[in-house]
Amino acid sequence: MSGPQHLLSIADLGPDGIAEVLRVAEAFAEVERRSMPKVPTLRGKVVATLFFEESTRTRLSFETAAKRLSADVLSLTVANSSVKKGESLRDTVETVEAMGIDALIIRHASSGAPHRVARWATRARVINAGDGWHEHPTQALLDCFTVRQVLAERKGAAPEELGIDCFEGLRVLIVGDIRHSRVARSEVLAYSALGARVTLAAPGSLLPPSLEGWPVEVAADFDTALAGADVVSLLRLQSERGSGSFVPSLREYTAGWGLTSRRVDLLGEDAIVTHPGPMVRGVEIASDVADLPRTVVTQQVTNGVAVRMAILFLLLGGEWSGEGWHG
Amino acid sequence: MAERERSHTRPLGGVFVAHSQVLSPADVQRALTRMSHEVVERNGGVEDVVLVGLQTGGVPLAARMSDMLGQIEGATLVVGCLDVAFYRDDIGLRPVLPEAVTTIPGDLTGKVVVLVDDVLFTGRTIRAALNALNDFGRARAVQLAVMIDRGHRELPIRPDYVGKNLPTRREEMVDVGDEGVWIGTLEHSR
Repeated sequence: MSGPQHLLSIADLGPDGIAEVLRVAEAFAEVERRSMPKVPTLRGKVVATLFFEESTRTRLSFETAAKRLSADVLSLTVANSSVKKGESLRDTVETVEAMGIDALIIRHASSGAPHRVARWATRARVINAGDGWHEHPTQALLDCFTVRQVLAERKGAAPEELGIDCFEGLRVLIVGDIRHSRVARSEVLAYSALGARVTLAAPGSLLPPSLEGWPVEVAADFDTALAGADVVSLLRLQSERGSGSFVPSLREYTAGWGLTSRRVDLLGEDAIVTHPGPMVRGVEIASDVADLPRTVVTQQVTNGVAVRMAILFLLLGGEWSGEGWHG
Repeated sequence: MAERERSHTRPLGGVFVAHSQVLSPADVQRALTRMSHEVVERNGGVEDVVLVGLQTGGVPLAARMSDMLGQIEGATLVVGCLDVAFYRDDIGLRPVLPEAVTTIPGDLTGKVVVLVDDVLFTGRTIRAALNALNDFGRARAVQLAVMIDRGHRELPIRPDYVGKNLPTRREEMVDVGDEGVWIGTLEHSR
């Protein structure tokens, strides 16, 4: 399979591409379980993380993934960089690329920034680690990976045996600040590409202004939607993007749209709850709900490393036809 | 297996066209029986012996050898399978993708590992496998069992147990499967 050069959007992958990522990630999940979880696969490659917006888990996850593949990792913290002196994004990217970097992992507050960077880049592969309200493709991939892992575990099967058929007809309910969420956009694209039925549940003010062309339904009633869901994906209120002014108060938001201890009982016995983190306990999820076995946040974080290893490997090792390393 | 030979030895796919049979399924069975006895003889039993089949062609052969060793010695053998994609030396030169998830049973420190593969050719897969094994502990010894040794080595690697030595031309292909061992060529459809 010849895949995309960059990972900017889930739309770059399509169902076959997603299936490929999940399959390769399964092999890396095995590497993660070893007592010595490191392989020499990307020795000699240099991966740079350019985070123009704060993040803990995504940056750490990408850096762990790159190190477990034996790539060298550089990280640009905007606070300590020339960006603070007024350097433009284009100049920053050109400077970093001139150092011979093989992959740029970029997070930016502006939607579309990684797309611009990919057009400027001459040899580096660009990975979108979250751009504005637009997309966060690796998060959606690791959510799919985690859901398949849970489904496989219940069947007593290996996840790779399930392929992507297990997503066919799966009822996924995405709840919360959809308007400002890049995770929601990537999840809608990923789950629907795999054949799942996606429903959105949010107050009207937190839905996007238009849902035209989105392969989704909007839940008429949150409690009914919860009862029919196989997967509930909770999102955080993006206070840094001004979500606070879209809801009357946090308490009202929780009362209307939080996964409270009462609502969790409406869920089917096998329903899975995911959250991209960071969770705000007591707002979108009650603290005791966050600690239930059906809430798979910790698995999501663990799987994030394997999925990002797969992305780095597919972009830097799987298809590229330049000079490789010689063992 | 044709499938594996296709994806691992050529950058592009094609169709394996069989020319002549080298070993019948019964011949393969006899060769496996002999090789299993050789493993027992060489190691004075099967204590501490771990069979590791290489993905994908070596995996079914390792399973069959394990059954035979069980019959010969009356012991249950530990079998693992190893995918060497992440350790190959041609990553970036041609598409290299893992075929399956690796399963190595526990720590290999102090064990005698018998690597099992269908066809030994350049030796590069075995080089990658030796690298990979290192990450699972320090085996006391590593031995190599192959159904077919077809020559054309590019590295100083030799097998310990061989089903059959088969002189080949470089461009030929060898297929080991349920229908025995066949020699043929890879035909590109275009």
